[in-house]
Amino acid sequence: MNLVVLADDAFSFLVAWEFMSLSSWALVVAHHRVPDNVRAGYVYLIMASLGTLALLLTFGVLAGPHGGYAFAEIRAAHPSPALSALVLCLAVVGTGSKAGLVPLHVWLPLAHPAAPSHVSALMSGVMTKVAVYGFVRIVFDLLGEPAWWWSMLVLMLAGMTCVMGVLYALMQHDLKRLLAYHTVENIGIIFIALGLGLAFKAYGMAWAAALALTAGLLHVFNHSLFKSLLFFGAGAVLTATGERDMEHLGGLIHRMPHTAFAFLIGCAAISALPPLNGFVSEWLVFQAILLSPQLPSWGLKFLVPAVGALLAFSATLAAACFVKAFGITFLGRARSSAASAARETDRFSLAAMFSFAALCLIAGILPGLFIDALAPVVQVLAGGRMPVQTGVEWLSIVPIAQSRSSYNGLLVFLFMVISGALAASAIHRLASDKLRRAPAWDCGYPDACPATQYTASSFAQPIRRVFGSVVFRAREQVEMAPPGDPRPARMTVVMHDPVWETLYLPVAAGVGYAAERLNHLQSLTIRQFLSIVFAALVVLLLVLALWP
Amino acid sequence: MRHSLTFDIAHMLAGSLVLVSFLQLYQDRLYALLNVFALHATVLALSVAWQAHAQDAPHLYITAAIALLFKAIVIPIALHRIIVRLGIHRQIEKVVGVGPTMLLGMGLVALAMVVMLRVTSEADPLAREDLAFALSVVLLGLLMMVTRRNAVSQVVGFMSLENGLVLAATGAKGMPLVVEISVAFSILIAFIVIGIFLFRIRERFDTVDLQALDSYRGERP
Amino acid sequence: MAVIADFLVQGAQMLIVLLTAPMLTGLVRKIKARMLRRAGPPVIQPYRDLVRLMRKEVVLADTASWLFRVIPYFIFAATWVASSLVPTFRTGLLFSWSADLIAIIALLGSARFALALAGLDVGTSFGGIGSSREVMIASLAEPAMIMIVFTLALVAGSTQLSTMAGFMESSAVGLRVSLGLALIALVMVAIAENARIPVDNPATHLELTMVHEAMVLEYSGRHLALIELSASLKLLLYLSLIACVFAPWGLAGPSAGLGALAVGALAYLGKLATGGFLLALFETSIAKMRVFRVPEFLGAALMLGLLATLLLFVSRSL
Repeated sequence: MNLVVLADDAFSFLVAWEFMSLSSWALVVAHHRVPDNVRAGYVYLIMASLGTLALLLTFGVLAGPHGGYAFAEIRAAHPSPALSALVLCLAVVGTGSKAGLVPLHVWLPLAHPAAPSHVSALMSGVMTKVAVYGFVRIVFDLLGEPAWWWSMLVLMLAGMTCVMGVLYALMQHDLKRLLAYHTVENIGIIFIALGLGLAFKAYGMAWAAALALTAGLLHVFNHSLFKSLLFFGAGAVLTATGERDMEHLGGLIHRMPHTAFAFLIGCAAISALPPLNGFVSEWLVFQAILLSPQLPSWGLKFLVPAVGALLAFSATLAAACFVKAFGITFLGRARSSAASAARETDRFSLAAMFSFAALCLIAGILPGLFIDALAPVVQVLAGGRMPVQTGVEWLSIVPIAQSRSSYNGLLVFLFMVISGALAASAIHRLASDKLRRAPAWDCGYPDACPATQYTASSFAQPIRRVFGSVVFRAREQVEMAPPGDPRPARMTVVMHDPVWETLYLPVAAGVGYAAERLNHLQSLTIRQFLSIVFAALVVLLLVLALWP
Repeated sequence: MRHSLTFDIAHMLAGSLVLVSFLQLYQDRLYALLNVFALHATVLALSVAWQAHAQDAPHLYITAAIALLFKAIVIPIALHRIIVRLGIHRQIEKVVGVGPTMLLGMGLVALAMVVMLRVTSEADPLAREDLAFALSVVLLGLLMMVTRRNAVSQVVGFMSLENGLVLAATGAKGMPLVVEISVAFSILIAFIVIGIFLFRIRERFDTVDLQALDSYRGERP
Repeated sequence: MAVIADFLVQGAQMLIVLLTAPMLTGLVRKIKARMLRRAGPPVIQPYRDLVRLMRKEVVLADTASWLFRVIPYFIFAATWVASSLVPTFRTGLLFSWSADLIAIIALLGSARFALALAGLDVGTSFGGIGSSREVMIASLAEPAMIMIVFTLALVAGSTQLSTMAGFMESSAVGLRVSLGLALIALVMVAIAENARIPVDNPATHLELTMVHEAMVLEYSGRHLALIELSASLKLLLYLSLIACVFAPWGLAGPSAGLGALAVGALAYLGKLATGGFLLALFETSIAKMRVFRVPEFLGAALMLGLLATLLLFVSRSL
């Protein structure tokens, strides 16, 4: 992975990229006795090959007929607009499939949960970002001046990715699959910021492009922090209980208090709650959207508010998703014996989780430091930069101008701490401090059985009914046994994956059909094989003869 | 860009007409729909009256009075009576749910804005936006006709479409009274004819639900 | 000297919102009761309720964790910080630049996140109902709110509330279609976020109609007092927001003297009373919606907000 980022010419980039894909594939199928893992590895390999093919073609077109593969040579060459458009589409397919853009995301929810947890953290947190790096490098650096419609393509794909990712995540009850779908959503947010940066750059608004790019890159950093933290937590739960399914967990906050606390910080950070770091990058993206009315293109004038609405919508659904993830896994009562027998993880894992949690808090309170650190990069890519942040009083961040808007994470954090402390001390002085433990009130209908509390599917039911019935054609079927029959009633939820069914299954069917037809080639006579070779030779000679 | 209060109020009234069109799309009970349609006609009358004041064109006051009298009072009461006499089922069945209908409505408003603001790029900017709103009302009226199964709600959609046309005509500074009277008269005739047909259909087939009526069409076996 | 005066004003604002919030809730209840031809509780009843709750013992469920006990303080801190940043009688508060309108909404969002977790903590089905319905309502209410913020920010040129209030008070604003749409959408979102009829009934004890009440079902004593106070503060925040953006007359400027401050305070109390009266009127004249009609209601608010933003993108004069 490091080699990809360090590469300065197309050849080493591609070699390092392939190496990255292959090594992560090997890690995905490490537990190869589990049948799901083998299938996950298979889909991953196909998608990774597709991505590498697209990238090969990208660099091929960029290098041109003279074969200049070094990045410096590619930057100097200026391809025609048609070729640039082709490069953009290929780059979107190539890097987007590795990053997880819908509809190329299908390998991500299979592969990330299949790998061991620390590998999942690495894959979700870092490998997808290497793909984002690839996209930024190709489109912002090597391609030169963007056309106006490039940003529309990126923004549309990114908006769809955001919403689909979080809706998929809400329907899951496997903890690691939920986190993997969530990575898809955050990649969507990053690409929204990058698309906005492209739009501003195409119209020469350098400082606005700098804002959008800084927002995207800051979110890259933030996401790698809190997604790794969340995967570590999920891994800790998996090691402690042996369960990944949330329907069998619960009450872990009593058994694993430190893991629960670190996981809570991760959940709050990813839901973009102040004063943590997720909020800062989302706030910057919103500020970039508010600069968009100055874009002269009509298409963008309609697309950007719609994308803004989609972004706000997915941010709220993400918070809902993590209420579900934390609440069902850690809160409530244990739903299985494995959950009630869990033990806290070892000190090293806890240290890793807490250091990430601390970094999330620091990045939320002192975002100016990170923004200034990104400034040189943004200067190269967008030709402008955000105002210098370290000089601003009280350590706020100012995206455009002081009079327009500012945000101070440190002050918000301090205010909350002070108000909370004031309230606590006032209560201690003035109110009674007696406390008594008793069974839960539950409106006077106490239930000893933990199966009566909400499960992951029941928590998601209102959202599944409102949005899932449209997007996933989710239907609930209830079969009640007739009176007198002691069989239990059964409720089944049937959902269809729209991307898989509309895109991949027909393609797979087409490939199967073609393979079947081509199978005849296996059983030809020797004379027919020879005539095929002869015909290919004649065609190539004709091409050579007629090439101008 | 600073405008005078006159133009701002004209814009507000045009925007409110679009808002009431959306409100019509949201309704799913027939009597509530008639009330909202009366509101639609009232807002139209106010808008036309304001234009009469702003453009200093007294004949538009008559247009406003016609709209108020006929469309806000007479026609809703007549439709109310028709519903009672025909005993029509009072819940409006929709072809698509409320959510997708509203999204389609949003898309139509966006389309109307794009078309109007591009096509009339050299005209007075305030008149252009009023025209864009009027086109939106027309499109939303058509959307209502297309996505409703109940014949009465289709009549309401048709009426609100005509309201949009009146708004466009008054906004464009100078619709002669003759045109307005002839348009209104033709709408009245069309309405009477539709009412008669509804009675005949109800007598023959005992229902005015278009889905059920579809099975009586000649081509099907 | 000026800094100390500013500090005092900010402190006064924080104290005023804290003390007025229960009065507002009491006023709304009294007016609703009067409209239903009941005598109703006295307007200061919420203060008495808070004192009573503070004196009572907390009964904590066996399965509740440390999170359950900390959450009321967190919710109170977040809501109090958010409501002290909304200008009530004076714009240009000392720390108003540290959090703009988007940050205020996100603070309320973190309070809601914490409350939803509290609902799931004890492990009963009531808490689950409340939390799942609350996140469904939030999933449409918060995007609608963000769209409204976009509209206001595009009109006023800034997301800072003090700047917005100042702009709205000046004559540069005029009547705008987008602002009208934003006002209607904001009222709809405020009703949903504060758990008022027609979205949720704040006085119900039937689980079929509960959203907010279900999440706080297991709280008692001083914890419940903090949560009730936070809910009153949230209602006050939304009314102050509507008042300072759409009815900014009487708001004192950043460098106003004592006279202007007094006028601002009186105007603010008048606006609160009017807002409370209108809310009570609206709640009494409409029935509560079925739970799965709420997404249609909030979807309409989201569409209105999106339309308002779209109009501003397309034409700066709309």
